[in-house]
Amino acid sequence: MNNAKVLDFLKKNTMILVLVIVLGFFAWRTGGAILLPMNVSNLISQNAYVFILATGMLLCILTGGNIDLSVGSVVCFVGAIGAIMMVNLHAPVWITIICMILIGTAIGAFQGFWIAFVRIPPFITTLAGMLAFRGLSNVVLNGLTVSIKDQTTFVNLFGGGADCYIHDIFGGANLNLTCLFGGILAAGIFVALQLYTRINRKKHGYETEALWAFAVKMVAIVAVVLIFAYKLAQHKGIPTVLIWVLVVVLVYGYITQNTTVGRHFYAVGGNEKATKLSGINTNRVYFLAYTNMGFLAALAAMVTIARLTSAQPTYGQNYEMDAIGSCFIGGASAYGGIGTVPGVIVGAVLMGVINLGMSLMGVDANMQKVVKGAVLLAAVIFDVVSKRGGKMIVKN
Amino acid sequence: MAKILLEMKNITKTFPGVKALDNVNLQVEEGEIHALVGENGAGKSTLMNVLSGVYPFGSYEGDIIYNSEVCKFNDIKDSEAKGIVIIHQELALIPYMTIAENMFLGNERGQKFRINWNETSSLSRQYLDTVGLAESTQTLIKDISVGKQQLVEIAKALSKHAKLLILDEPTSSLNETDSRALLDLLLKLKKEQNLTSIIITHKLNEVSYVADKITVIRDGSTIETLIKGVDDFSESRIIKGMVGRELSDRFPKREPHIGDVMMEVKNWNVYHPLYNERKIVDNVNINVKKGEVLGISGLMGAGRTELAMSIFGKSYGENISGQLFINGKEVHLNTVQDAIKHKLAYVTEDRKGNGLILSNPIKINTTLANLDAVSTRTVIDKDKEYAVAVDYKEKLKTKCPSVEQNVGNLSGGNQQKVLLAKWMFADPDILILDEPTRGIDVGAKYEIYCIINQLVDEGKSVIMISSELPEILGMCDRIYVMNEGRMVGELDGKDATQEKIMTYILQSSGKREVG
Repeated sequence: MNNAKVLDFLKKNTMILVLVIVLGFFAWRTGGAILLPMNVSNLISQNAYVFILATGMLLCILTGGNIDLSVGSVVCFVGAIGAIMMVNLHAPVWITIICMILIGTAIGAFQGFWIAFVRIPPFITTLAGMLAFRGLSNVVLNGLTVSIKDQTTFVNLFGGGADCYIHDIFGGANLNLTCLFGGILAAGIFVALQLYTRINRKKHGYETEALWAFAVKMVAIVAVVLIFAYKLAQHKGIPTVLIWVLVVVLVYGYITQNTTVGRHFYAVGGNEKATKLSGINTNRVYFLAYTNMGFLAALAAMVTIARLTSAQPTYGQNYEMDAIGSCFIGGASAYGGIGTVPGVIVGAVLMGVINLGMSLMGVDANMQKVVKGAVLLAAVIFDVVSKRGGKMIVKN
Repeated sequence: MAKILLEMKNITKTFPGVKALDNVNLQVEEGEIHALVGENGAGKSTLMNVLSGVYPFGSYEGDIIYNSEVCKFNDIKDSEAKGIVIIHQELALIPYMTIAENMFLGNERGQKFRINWNETSSLSRQYLDTVGLAESTQTLIKDISVGKQQLVEIAKALSKHAKLLILDEPTSSLNETDSRALLDLLLKLKKEQNLTSIIITHKLNEVSYVADKITVIRDGSTIETLIKGVDDFSESRIIKGMVGRELSDRFPKREPHIGDVMMEVKNWNVYHPLYNERKIVDNVNINVKKGEVLGISGLMGAGRTELAMSIFGKSYGENISGQLFINGKEVHLNTVQDAIKHKLAYVTEDRKGNGLILSNPIKINTTLANLDAVSTRTVIDKDKEYAVAVDYKEKLKTKCPSVEQNVGNLSGGNQQKVLLAKWMFADPDILILDEPTRGIDVGAKYEIYCIINQLVDEGKSVIMISSELPEILGMCDRIYVMNEGRMVGELDGKDATQEKIMTYILQSSGKREVG
């Protein structure tokens, strides 16, 4: 083990270290309040939409630093449609869910069409979408708030309202045993899978990371999962919305890392011309990225209106910025081709921790924005400069 | 005797792994037109880039003495301040700006915060008159022909008070009439303003028409300087200077086993994607046989890459017409996917720009064109992918610590091998290799030649596009010569010589009708 290896390890895991430091800082400043079970639980439910949207945004950014500005408005619009359908039109919950997903995906496909096949710059296309769907949300809702408090099936399904936790099937008194066992099970499966891959690679004589790095990683991840599960168990258990987030993260993590489609996203962002000449349909890749963004925006819309048990024309404002910020803080490259789902989740958690920590400290809401802006800029500067080999200023 | 305006002494310039210029000496007298000739890659453009400060002082060895003083240019601005202006082969005009705006770009008239548009247009009018261009100064560049754009470039150079004008292949995209007009303009400026020019060109008839002296560069060294009225200015004399080099044992031997025609291209026409009236490939008919290494020789800009890319799933050009037969059956390859399906591969000349994803590891680049072969129902088998990459790394002797290494960190030769591996893994029957050895060292070249021989021994067909004549002669069973979009000659590999190829090219240059 030499210095270069340690440095490399640190470089690859910078944001995790930053997260630990920030968490430590807030734990100190808030007298440990940020680590209270209730706050840990809140961190999840408050930021669920960020996790979902950031995952979709990552695919857009991978194709070449392209972003989708319309997601906040689309979340609002799809949410509005859902609320109107359930409350005013008395549509069944499952039809509402299908309609919301179809509309969100269709909006994504519409924008994706212009971006992918007509090559309208994504910034312009989605800026137009951002304006249009904000306006349409107002039209659909008539400028009013529609409450979905009584739609308990829908609200419970997407983890909103008062009853937004998975019930404890073991009936633990002060500790939610389902949650605790779930955590242990998840950690166990994770370690088993990692070990299996490692042994398999060793058997075939493939390269594996150093044993110490592997061990450190495993212990750290297992510890985090267990502590996290314990904290949640101390509160009320697994927030329902965490299940949705986990499904999205696992599915998209798998798609990006293990499928040909996922590979195509990275290839287009890495070198579009080479990708095209390798027989990959690059138009389709752009189209998929934005269509999928619409799909995930619909999911985020369900989570959002469930959590707030209503739909309002102002919902979803700046959601796109949270998602974009999480991606860049989480190590996605502003030029495309680089970034992972786990990285983006770390970025989103970091943003969430900063939000929560500052709120607990009683920092003025306006100053919170300043701090978030500074963190975002610093993260991207770090990314760009480190990729240039540490050179700060570019020669003219 | 006129005074020496410019003297370049013992200029040596090395790029990583390649010595582009080796002790080059050049003397230019005031008021003369000096022609630089040599094959592609001989170092002409590099020499002019050294002179104009594109490669700053310190990045080369030797001295530039201009107007009797030693110059140390840090960038183009420095050399322009002295009156040395270079006009590049690719015109540097901005299409959506007017002639006047382009002419004073970076050199705006008036004050910093208030451009004097009246002065701009009246001055540009004056320079346009000097070069004999009757267009309005307010015409957009995109609306005038390439020939006129070339004149705007010269006017722009004059507006910078050029004393020494460097023109890099100014007539390569011009027809006969426009070329002649441009050369006459140079002669006129020489007579009226005592303007000195250095002109790089491949068209030897132009050289003998316009030049007072000719310097021949070959393999990064000056070979000789011919003086008008003293030396023989005939084309054959110049060609001898350009190619006078022996073929040594740089190419691995191979017993050719040539079979039936594998692919045939008939009446192939391709137009420029932006300028739809410009014909890039003009009625080309070629075929390649099984087990054959077919060479396509020609100068840069002859349309070889465009031909190859238009065949490869119409990746280049507009209004492509013609017929394509593979194994006797007519095929329509409208996308790259189609081309790959019909077992065609195109290995680009621009490995960094069009070939590889530099920020990705070797293994990902290796499988990119044939991901399906390492995946089941779209799920990639990463272990298999790794095994494939290692296999090709060993087969092609790619030098790298591991296949997890990013391609951007490899040397040019090893990058080229990864690119070859990528296309070999796509399992093609016909490989089009576009400048497969550009910018790589001699050792790696030899290894690439061995791979090519191996491929044809397996019964594949290889079409090799190359600007290096020795390589074409050393490797190919049959050679087509392409120039200005047309096939101008076909030679059997055994009786081909550099002189024959150059003669084909030079005799056909500038003969094309305006179209």
